[in-house]
Amino acid sequence: MSNMILLGTRKGTVIFDRRDAGWRPRPIQHSGIPVCYATRDPRNGTLWASLDHGHWGPKLSRSRDGGDTWNEVTSLKYPEGARHIQQYLPTPDFDPEAPAGQPHYADASVYKIWNIAFGADNQPGRLYAGTIPGGLFVSDDGGDSWELNRPLWNHETRGGDLFAGEATSETFWGGTPASIDYGVFEPGIHSIVVDPRDPNHVYVAVSSAGVIETTDGGQTWTGSSHGMLMDYLPNPAVEWGHDPHFVTQCPGQPDHLWQQNHCGVFYSDDGARNWRKVSKPDLGIHFGFPIAADAQDGKTAWVVPARADSERMALDGGLFVARTTDGGHSWESFRDGLPQENAYDIVLRHGLDASGDCLCFGSTTGNVYLSEDRGETWQCLGNNLPPIYSVRFG
Amino acid sequence: MTTVKMTHHLYRYFPHLENQTVTVPSGPVASVLRAVNDIAPGFTDYVLDDQGALRRHVNLAINNTLVVDRKTLSDHAPDGGTVYIFQALSGG
Repeated sequence: MSNMILLGTRKGTVIFDRRDAGWRPRPIQHSGIPVCYATRDPRNGTLWASLDHGHWGPKLSRSRDGGDTWNEVTSLKYPEGARHIQQYLPTPDFDPEAPAGQPHYADASVYKIWNIAFGADNQPGRLYAGTIPGGLFVSDDGGDSWELNRPLWNHETRGGDLFAGEATSETFWGGTPASIDYGVFEPGIHSIVVDPRDPNHVYVAVSSAGVIETTDGGQTWTGSSHGMLMDYLPNPAVEWGHDPHFVTQCPGQPDHLWQQNHCGVFYSDDGARNWRKVSKPDLGIHFGFPIAADAQDGKTAWVVPARADSERMALDGGLFVARTTDGGHSWESFRDGLPQENAYDIVLRHGLDASGDCLCFGSTTGNVYLSEDRGETWQCLGNNLPPIYSVRFG
Repeated sequence: MTTVKMTHHLYRYFPHLENQTVTVPSGPVASVLRAVNDIAPGFTDYVLDDQGALRRHVNLAINNTLVVDRKTLSDHAPDGGTVYIFQALSGG
């Protein structure tokens, strides 16, 4: 059972510790600096925070003493010559020589380090970082140095190897307004899932491209979005361009994956070979950003539903958490302990986590709620925090 | 030599630069910033992006004139001049 909760907030990192008297927050750390993601490496206890400086560029901060002191690690950087296609409307008959088919290129620079993930137990130095504008960075020395995964960056669905020259294919990767703080609209890797059975098997999820998978340690990548649907397109089942808001996996049954998608809740019980929509719109369980999977039971997951699309806040002024224990066939909604009047919270994609029987979520309204009975009843841990971007048990 | 003055926000990350006059050899502002980076390792990561261009919300001025070349930083900081590093201010 975890005794620590890390919050990434607009004004810094907030750590709650479980003490005899209950969960108590420490004074804020990285005060005044937006922290878009904070997490703990379960292999060695190192804490990580992704600092989202508005002026000075994204930085990673690391604590090896449980959060008493933090140190900045070397900045992640795109290598010289890294480019991406910034504006380009795909055409049915792509021709890079044709004026109408000419992409507009942008030099790559990290706008946001959106997610941090860890390798397997037998890869003690392996870390992953997902960025906007859509790069996966890998470290094999505990975060001292980082390298861009070029096969994914140069993927044919993004225009091919732009280090080598002009685009050789169309791009199907779209942007995400989640980078709106900086006035940019680029793709972002927000989910990184390492298969506990095989560390060479990794999924990433990209807004807006879809779920992408490697089984050879990142040398090749293939799309794994079959069954995902984009209701707003003429062809909702198109292969690329999906907007999974967050993808997670049941560690105890790794073929069971869950995603809260822009267009519903999706579930796969065959390792992402096929997804199926398991939303219940009539119950309000459809749109949202975060999703948490149970550690042991692949059919159990939790979501914090919201109203799409133009509102993006709690449904009808009341917060609730929904849980399925049968792979999305049925859902239960739990409201005990959560505000049911005048609540307009939205919980972002990294804002919900599960650990054993405990769940915790935080909203952009600065409210934090904890359940110790698998989501059935809730207690408030704080109402006056800064807008919360991430919640992770340590 | 060129003097470099900067927003006090940067002292949070490079405290040893506070309360000292930073002087480096004159030349293109790219070399001026590299010289500051020699004094304060990691400094250029704060003001320049991955490809070495000036970050979007950072500005440089040589004496009273904003630098024009934000991409390769070729504007020349003269001997006896001052390079100012400042940031956009924003709310909330």
